[in-house]
Amino acid sequence: MNLTDSSHAQGWPKSLKAETRALSFSYASRLALKNLSIPIGENQITALIGPSGCGKSTFLRCFNRMHDLYAGNRYEGEILLYPDRRNILAAEVDPIEVRMRIAMVFQKPNPFPRSIYDNVAYGLRVRGTTERYLLDEKVEQALRSAALWEEVKDRLLARATSLSGGQQQRLCIARALATDPELLLLDEPTSALDPIATASIEELLLDLKQRVTILIVTHNMQQAARVSDWTAFMYLGELVEFGLTKELFTTPSKKQTEDYITGRFG
Amino acid sequence: MAAQSSPQKHPSIARRMIAEVLFKILGICSLIIAVGTLVLLFGALLFEGVTRIDWQFLMSYPSRHASQAGILPAWVGSTLIMLVTAVVGIPLGVAAAIYLEEYARRSWMTELIEVTVTNLAGVPSIIYGLLALGLFVYILGLGETILVAGLTLALLILPVVIVTTREAIRAIPVEIREAAYALGATKWQTVVHHVLPYSAAGILTGIILALSRAIGETAPIVTIGALTFIAFLPPAPFTTQPPYLSFDWLLSPFTVMPIQMFGWVSRPGEDFASNAAAAGILLVGMTLAMNGLAIYIRYRMRKQVTW
Repeated sequence: MNLTDSSHAQGWPKSLKAETRALSFSYASRLALKNLSIPIGENQITALIGPSGCGKSTFLRCFNRMHDLYAGNRYEGEILLYPDRRNILAAEVDPIEVRMRIAMVFQKPNPFPRSIYDNVAYGLRVRGTTERYLLDEKVEQALRSAALWEEVKDRLLARATSLSGGQQQRLCIARALATDPELLLLDEPTSALDPIATASIEELLLDLKQRVTILIVTHNMQQAARVSDWTAFMYLGELVEFGLTKELFTTPSKKQTEDYITGRFG
Repeated sequence: MAAQSSPQKHPSIARRMIAEVLFKILGICSLIIAVGTLVLLFGALLFEGVTRIDWQFLMSYPSRHASQAGILPAWVGSTLIMLVTAVVGIPLGVAAAIYLEEYARRSWMTELIEVTVTNLAGVPSIIYGLLALGLFVYILGLGETILVAGLTLALLILPVVIVTTREAIRAIPVEIREAAYALGATKWQTVVHHVLPYSAAGILTGIILALSRAIGETAPIVTIGALTFIAFLPPAPFTTQPPYLSFDWLLSPFTVMPIQMFGWVSRPGEDFASNAAAAGILLVGMTLAMNGLAIYIRYRMRKQVTW
């Protein structure tokens, strides 16, 4: 059986941005992720799919150590971040250092109740940038990258909360991009949006992958099929199958994957 | 079809309407009793004292003659004590609340502190007076001074400030905090840039309500030994010589509005009664002004922070 060999040749990204090795995670009393080893290809979009409660959001939130904010959570295993091969779960690594390299966009748009400008500039200001011209430049760049600049350039000082839901989510993407992250985490970024706003964000993600590696959690399989290069299917905290998106959706190697993507459960 | 278009009312509607009307009447009656009592009380106070309020009354010291007496030391004392209370009580209370909400890990210790703080809010104010008499006046030897009165009232409002600040902080959605952390903010940056500004309206409202309760407090102030008759002002906080600031007023004896009022009420004679009423009107006015300020601040801040 040379199945593992061939799957490694074809079913594995060539150049890695990050990689989890035997990653397990538990909340205070519950083991939520079991022994996950998943590669994140550089400048690729990797999608995480699976039924609700399978741990895909939990997995995503390990990457910027969001779980550190709450007591009783425990990581095991490693998440290696390339090119320096740093294990970002190591005890000596400050979660803030990790969050400065890895940005995140949440399920519900969560702009700060401040101006559009202040929202995008926040990450830079936190890092100590105060020069106005630098901030102006970065804010414009980030808003352009998030395809929002044309819509808001005349009202940068307007309240972020006055934007529509889709615009707010693109603003959150701009806010995440402003600090030039190496890896962008998206946690069901379109689940609160209408189909048109969803389409514009999907288009945006395809543009963005030239610049940043993307890891996206989605409950929408069509979305995973449309935007991602790689897909990981998770079930009950375990990895069922990982592979090229087009292969996983057309010729899944596991029965469970096939049942899920054909809508027989989940 | 026929049954649906029938105009006949369901028999239970009439029965339920009676309950509806009865409850409405009951509600209006309770409201009249509550508000009416207040209006009557305040009306009587106004009727008796409003003619007594003039410049002379505000700017005079107490006197044996009711018509010459004034409340200058009382309102100056109340104001200075509120200042001390605010300067000591607010930072302590807000800082404690931030610590409990944002920093403290859940443990039996924090649970115990929480229960204690909540219970302290319900402790009768005279107990605080006794504590202050023992601690500040006797053990620390600070005397019957403005400083001690301010510290005592600061202790009194501390639990209220802590509880209301925590409520306000807790109302900030967790998504906002996570957004800040995800951008690389530290805990302190998250608190200063987001949590505090967005909850400021609620915090300030709580603070001002606590202060307006403190300004009317009599029991703890009597316990620590406020004077009822005082014919001088504390030393001025500003001086003509460097360093231009003086804190001698902190160690001055004092009186406050409610005590001045009580002093007049306990005297025989119509004239002093109208002095007491006038002082009462001013005290109620001060409290209402502080409440009004709280409402205004809340209104302004709500407009600034739109979710």
